[in-house]
Amino acid sequence: MVEFTLWDILRNLLLAARWTVVLSLIAFAGGGAVGLVLLVLRLTGNRVADAAIGAYVQLFQGTPLLMQLFLLYFGIALFGVETSPWMAACVALILYASAYLTEIWRGCVAAVPRGQWEASASLALGFGQQLAHVVLPQALRIAVPPTVGFLVQVVKGTALASVIGFVELTKAGGMIANVTYEPLLVYGCVALIYFALCFPISLYAGSLERKLHVGRR
Amino acid sequence: MSAGADPSATNPVLVPPHTEVGAPIVRITALRKSFGDNEVLKGIDLDVMRGEVVAVIGKSGSGKSTLLRCINGLEAFQEGSLTVDGKPLLHESAQAMRELRQRVGMIFQSFNLFPHLSVGRNVMLAPRLVKKRRPDENEARARQLLDRVGLAEKFDAMPDQLSGGQQQRVAIARALAMDPAVLLCDEITSALDPELVGEVLRVVESLAEDGMTLLMVTHEMGFARKVADRVIFMHQGRVHESGPPDSIFGAPRTPELKQFLSSLHE
Amino acid sequence: MRVALDFWPVLAQWPLLLEGAAWTLGLTAVATLLGSSVGVACAWARVSGPWALRVPAAAYVELIRNTPFIVQLFFVFFGLPAAGIRLTPLTASILAMTINLGAYATEIVRAGIQATPRGQIEAAESLALTRLQVFVHIVLPPALKRVWPALTSQIIIVMLGSAVCGQISMEELSHAANLIQSRNFRAFEAYILATLVYLGLAILVRRVLHWAGQRFVFGS
Ligand SMILES: Nc1ncnc2c1ncn2[C@@H]1O[C@H](COP(=O)(O)OP(=O)(O)OP(=O)(O)O)[C@@H](O)[C@H]1O
Ligand SMILES: [Mg+2]
Repeated sequence: MVEFTLWDILRNLLLAARWTVVLSLIAFAGGGAVGLVLLVLRLTGNRVADAAIGAYVQLFQGTPLLMQLFLLYFGIALFGVETSPWMAACVALILYASAYLTEIWRGCVAAVPRGQWEASASLALGFGQQLAHVVLPQALRIAVPPTVGFLVQVVKGTALASVIGFVELTKAGGMIANVTYEPLLVYGCVALIYFALCFPISLYAGSLERKLHVGRR
Repeated sequence: MSAGADPSATNPVLVPPHTEVGAPIVRITALRKSFGDNEVLKGIDLDVMRGEVVAVIGKSGSGKSTLLRCINGLEAFQEGSLTVDGKPLLHESAQAMRELRQRVGMIFQSFNLFPHLSVGRNVMLAPRLVKKRRPDENEARARQLLDRVGLAEKFDAMPDQLSGGQQQRVAIARALAMDPAVLLCDEITSALDPELVGEVLRVVESLAEDGMTLLMVTHEMGFARKVADRVIFMHQGRVHESGPPDSIFGAPRTPELKQFLSSLHE
Repeated sequence: MRVALDFWPVLAQWPLLLEGAAWTLGLTAVATLLGSSVGVACAWARVSGPWALRVPAAAYVELIRNTPFIVQLFFVFFGLPAAGIRLTPLTASILAMTINLGAYATEIVRAGIQATPRGQIEAAESLALTRLQVFVHIVLPPALKRVWPALTSQIIIVMLGSAVCGQISMEELSHAANLIQSRNFRAFEAYILATLVYLGLAILVRRVLHWAGQRFVFGS
């Protein structure tokens, strides 16, 4: 029987944690891009687009992320496309993140006073110009803290990719726990690595939030 | 009706041996209070007799609210002593503090009714929790007090359904339900629309007539003149001048009081 | 190409889905009661408790909020036996959900408590109420009323998160879907239906809690 030192365990977990980071970044960036497109579509004022995107948001916020992962994993295969846990996890997390981000940002845009739209319209700016030059810059300021805060949500969400077999931090933890017979230690380390990833982001989001409130007074 | 109406009704054990009947219910000696480096009360001496009505006047920031809040233990003071009914105020003992507060009622400028409780429950809460008063007795007393402040029919109303004047009258009933020996009022009409001031002052006046001991900070000089037995003028953290209303308002001695009174007429 | 979906083999197994949904609701109900209590207690500790309680309460909240629920669950179910604490899937699920909800509820309730106007507390103190009485009778009821919508959302998040409990063979809704697809190989259909049931549960729980909030919390 092989002996595992604490360092062996930590080193392997940290190697796997790279995939947690990569998956988080892909989901966050991809989700942000899709979310932005959805946001703009929604702001055009098209009734159908608004209702459809509203339903999309409801669907992703009202169902478990785990189920979304399963559905993507088995759903892509139904179309005869060769699927992998990696691809399913990326797609599912991007969609999940896009739904939350578009909703967060919509709230921020709604917080920009109506007068700003009207004033910019009265200056003959087109819809795109209104958004790009007047509304989004103002919305961006208040959007940053909750967006950063949502990144924590995404990092934690990637842990569910382990269930469909993608080897990231949680999955690696399970595998290492099985061979070392040290589940308490291994899962403790896994939790601490997640904490080390997420806590600084939480602190940063919190400090951004406080700064924003001070600036507004 | 109220405990202060008849001095002889008070438990004689509560009166310290060195004081005769008609002794002060509140006795403040050399009281000093600072917020950080800012000394707000700079040695206050004040006795309030049983059944006496004392009005406290003075400029904004002169320390009137702070004085009242010290008497109720809402602020801790650094030096001097303060006794209520012969019992010293001890900040260290939560138990002693609660006993003191049962003797001292307080009415706030901003009413501070509990928004989640009906009017009746606002009045009955403290007697139930603190005095363990029986439910039927408690309710009867609450209805009687609400009747007294002219709000008998509002027993089941919620605070946000009442006008400011009505809310303040409920706050008075709530304080009276604890049978306090002295009632502290801090500018209790300042947050009210002018047309609602009268209804609250009339209640206070009737309390005074019934012999309740009152210590009230007020900007209503006409009311102070009419109701108070004694007026205290505070200036820069000290009792600058005190005396019967007629001499304070009619013949002010110090230039500060003169200036304060004339500033009111502008 | 054609995608052939056939829901009938899954629908035929409806009692399994129903039973799973019942377990999910049951887990959520118990975790809600326990987790909210933990939240109220820790919120009190963080706002007005002694220092010896404030620091551990803050550490608990941050530790839980910055780690995934699935890791918390695995720690409880797979990790604790190594320390001699052996739990059934049911108790492990309830424990993990309670700990998780408790941390979020702490922050939510704390925000509500801190929004209490100072004058409310002073008025209660001047009526000679003890600190505990002030908290229970004056501070807490309006605080709960204030944060009820946020608490409701968090309870729903915890319910949806409980899908992971199927991974430790807790027989809740996602586990039922897994069981059905292993019997008839209709994985996609099974998960679609289970997901729709989750969506229905989320809507139902939101309705019920909204109603309960108006009916029982704050008593107005
Ligand atoms: N909690 C506090 N912390 C620091 N300083 C305080 C506090 N409360 C009052 N002060 C200061 O104490 C001084 C006296 O305040 P106080 O409220 O007693 O005045 P006041 O006579 O009641 O005035 P007003 O007529 O405006 O009510 C002021 O300078 C005020 O700034
Ligand atoms: Mg004042």
